[in-house]
Formats: sequence, structure tokens, C-alpha cells
Amino acid sequence: MNWEAIIPLLVFLIIIFAVGIYASRHVQSSNSFLDEYFLGGRSLGGFVLAMTMTATYGSASSFIGGPGTAYTQGLGWVLLAMSQVATGYFVLMVLGKKFAIVTRKYKAVTMVDFLKKRYQSPWVVVLSAFSIIIFLFSAMAAQWIGGARLIESLTGLSYTSALFIFALSVLIYVTIGGFRAVALTDAIQGSIMFVGTLVLLIAVIIAGGGIPNIISDLAAENPNMITPFGAEGTLSPAYVSSFWILVGVGVIALPQIATRAMSYKNSRSMHRAIIIGTIVVGFIMLNMHLIGVFARPILPGIDVGDKVMPLIALEVMPPWLAGIVLAAPMAAIMSTVDSLLLLVSSSIVKDVYLNYVQPNAPQKRVKQLSIGITAVLGIIVFVMSLNPPDLIIWLNLFAFGGLEAAFIWPVVLGLYWKKGNKYGAFASMVAGIGLYVLPEFKLFSFLLPITQPFGMHAVVTPVVVAFFAYVLVSLFTQNKDYGEAKIV
Amino acid sequence: MPSKKEDSRYKIANREALIGVGLVIFNFIWWFAFAYGLGSKDTEEYSYILGLPDWFFYSCVLGFVVMAILVIIVVKKFFVEVPFDEEDTEGKENE
Repeated sequence: MNWEAIIPLLVFLIIIFAVGIYASRHVQSSNSFLDEYFLGGRSLGGFVLAMTMTATYGSASSFIGGPGTAYTQGLGWVLLAMSQVATGYFVLMVLGKKFAIVTRKYKAVTMVDFLKKRYQSPWVVVLSAFSIIIFLFSAMAAQWIGGARLIESLTGLSYTSALFIFALSVLIYVTIGGFRAVALTDAIQGSIMFVGTLVLLIAVIIAGGGIPNIISDLAAENPNMITPFGAEGTLSPAYVSSFWILVGVGVIALPQIATRAMSYKNSRSMHRAIIIGTIVVGFIMLNMHLIGVFARPILPGIDVGDKVMPLIALEVMPPWLAGIVLAAPMAAIMSTVDSLLLLVSSSIVKDVYLNYVQPNAPQKRVKQLSIGITAVLGIIVFVMSLNPPDLIIWLNLFAFGGLEAAFIWPVVLGLYWKKGNKYGAFASMVAGIGLYVLPEFKLFSFLLPITQPFGMHAVVTPVVVAFFAYVLVSLFTQNKDYGEAKIV
Repeated sequence: MPSKKEDSRYKIANREALIGVGLVIFNFIWWFAFAYGLGSKDTEEYSYILGLPDWFFYSCVLGFVVMAILVIIVVKKFFVEVPFDEEDTEGKENE
């Protein structure tokens, strides 16, 4: 056991719990439990908003899996990761004021709420809730595995015990606090990530004997490491560019991000969040992935990509500092898991239970159910994570792509195109999800060359087809269209 | 029908969304042009800035700084503050 590193990490976790408990007092005092538990009462300021978006997005994929892949692929993967700078401004600018105004009018608390009020169609709601539950489950499993790997490499405990510790801390925290607790601690976590990655990058550069030295070591080992094309020359421009959709602009359609884009106080908070968010996301992405690449000459031969971050931190820094710095990825993972848990449970409680099972359930029942389901979900994910694949990033990206293919057009065109209707939205979701998921099955693998032209990522074609499905079906069904919210 | 106030808020929102799209296109072109324009050479011919290969420096490091500055300018110059809550606007405007 590496106590010198574990103690700072524990201290950090205790601070997080303290904030959660403090925030939970607000939950008890607020008059609308749903609004408060899932949205923090729409009261987030600019800094907290920027940090919560960064922390939610900068999840295990970027903090554990990302640097791990950069370690094997070299600078080409850092290039790919930099497509995420766009999320810092794009999401808030495009969902932007319109989303904030419209969701307030609809009294929408989740993305599905918005879709429900916009399209007035149970089919759209059920399909949305269903895809959120399925895809976010895979995303959550990915995060839990990342968190457990981190604890595993730090403490030397077995993977299972590490996973248990991680799961327990997340569950206690999120069931007590709700959204405001998550958002507030995201702000702390985001700040730790910002400073932590910088400190670690500097330590790695020093340990490697300076940047020129590291780069020439890399080039000596494999010249491809310093090209944009990846270690085996397999990262084609088309493939890397398609990540602009997957982890760049497409992020707009992720429910956990969209929820945050309706939770801010006023337009000044939003403006500040755009500026802070862009800087923080870019800075963290660049640093984190460079750490992964630079770690290679210093610590060659790490076979499990997910362990690169924790191992390099322990290698180049004194243990106590490594503990503090590793709190950063730990923070990222925890906050992502927390908000995913909240989202899946809100999908079940609000979108399914309150809509179709028991519309007049009393507040107390809703509250018990929200907290209970959050806890049960956590336990299920725990079981799923017991036997994980090696590289969590793929699992995570798979989930992201599915949600993006499903939601991007129903959300964006639902906001900005008056003629969009429920038929278009439903067709778009079915086309998007179908094209994204089907080729993954053996039976339909003949679709692969069609859905991945020019070696692009599998998300591109479904998103394009979903666009046409939305527009064409909406246009063809114009005269059937009645009873929908005309606010947009 | 929406009131005039309503229209003006949406007009601002629409314009800002388009600015976001414009920024992302610029961002992508900058990123792509430097990465593959300079990075496709043979590694022997790379030049280095601050120890990093030039394609990487221009595309990822400088590109990020340029985007951060652009975003700051755009938000400060072109983004307008509008009220979000219905209480802040006169009357009820839906339907």
C-alpha cells in the first residue's frame, strides 16, 4: 500500500463528501424536489457552469483512456483529442440562449422533457428514455472501470476491491447530494484537474530531460510517433477528422451536456462559461494527452493503457504529490459517473414513471424513488464492471456515438426549425440508432463499408442519414402535424 | 403569435448559434491545414518549435491559443445579454 499517495486522495474525497452534504441541505429546503435534485434549481453561475461541463465531458475517456491511447499512438492522438476544444464554446453557443429560454417555458428539467414538450409524442419520449438508459449504461461502466483502475494502480489492491471502494464512494455521494452537489463539486474537481494536469506535465517534461529530448527519444523509437498518423500510420485524416463530430460538435446531443446547458442562471453566466470552458477544456485536453505521449520514453512497456496516468504520476513525482495530482482524473471520473447516474435515474423516474406509470405520485414518493433507483443503478453498473475490457475509451465512445446519432437532430432542429415534427424526430432517432448499432452485430456486418466510408468513425454516416430522415419525414408529414408545441 | 419581445430574443439566439458554427468551421480548417499540411512531410524534414514538431505546435498549441482569443473577442463584442425568465419579459408570450 502506498499510503503517502493514498492519504491526499482520501482527503480529497472527504472534501467532496462535505460539499455534497452541504448542498443536500438545499435539496431539503427547495420547494420543487425535481427541479433541485436534477438541475440545482437553474442557479449555476458562469464558473461553476464551465467547470461542470468540462468535468462531465472530460471523463474517463479523456483522463484515463485518452492518455493511455496517446501513449501507444503518439502525437497523432493528441491532435485527435484537440478536436474537443470546440466543445468548450460550440455547445453553449449553439444550444445557447434559445435552449435556455425554451426549456424554461416548457418547464423542462431533462433533455427528454424538452423533447416531450416539443414533439408531444409518447413514442419519441419512450425511445429517448430507452436510448439514454442503454447507452449511458455503457458509458457508465466505462467510467467505473477507469476509476477502479486508478485506485488499483495507486493502492496495489485487487481490481475488484478497487472497484468496490470506488462504487461505494460515488453512491454515497450522489444519492445524498443530487445535481447541485454534483455541479458544485465539479467546480472543485475541474480546478484540481486544471492545476493537476499542468503540474504533472511539467514533472513529466523534467523527468524526460526536456521536450526536445523526449521528442527525439520518441522519434528514435518509432518516427511515426511524432507524425499526425499514429504509431502504425493508421490514423488517416478522414478518421481523425470524424472525431470532430464524435467528441467535438456532436457532444451537443449528449443528455448530460444538454442538461447543463439549461441549468444556468442568466446570460452573463453563460457568456462567462463559454470563455472559461473553452480555455479550461483546451488546456486540460492538451496537457493530459501530452502527458500520455511524453510518458512513453520515461516508462516504456506499460501494457494496460488505462494504467499509464497513475503509473507515470507515481514515477515522476513524490508520492504525496502524485496522490494530489491523481485526484484530478479521479475527480473527472467521479463527476461523470455522478451525472450519468443522475441522468439515467431521472430518465426512469421522470420520463417513464411520472409520464406513463403514475403521473400524480406525491413528492415524497418521487423523492424516495429517485434516490432508490440511483442506488440500484449504481449496483448494477458495479456488477457490469467486474469483468471489464482493457481499453475503456472504446466502450465510452461507443455510447457517445449512439446518443449523438439519436439526439442531435431532434434537439438542434427541434430548437431552430419550425417545420420539424414528431414524425421527423422519430424517424431520425430510429435511423441514427439503427445505423450506428446494427453494423456492430455479425449478421449486419456487411453494412460496415457503407457506414464507415473512407475509414471514418462509425458515427458519421448515422448522423448524416439521421439529418435527412428528420428533414424529409418532417416535410412529408407537414399536414398531419397538429397539437405540437408551437413555441419554437 | 409570439410578441415582438419574443422575436428579438430568438433573433439574438439564432445569430449567436450561427457564430458558434462559424467558429467551429474556422477552428477545423486551422487545425486540419496545419496538421496535415506540415505534418505530411518526411519526419527528417520536420522543423521544431519549443521542441515540438512544427505541425503540432501550429495546429494544436497555437490553434488552441488563437481559438481562446477569438472566443473571448466574439463573446465580449457580439454576445448580447437577454433575460431568460418569463417574469422578466412583459406578459405571457406563448401561443
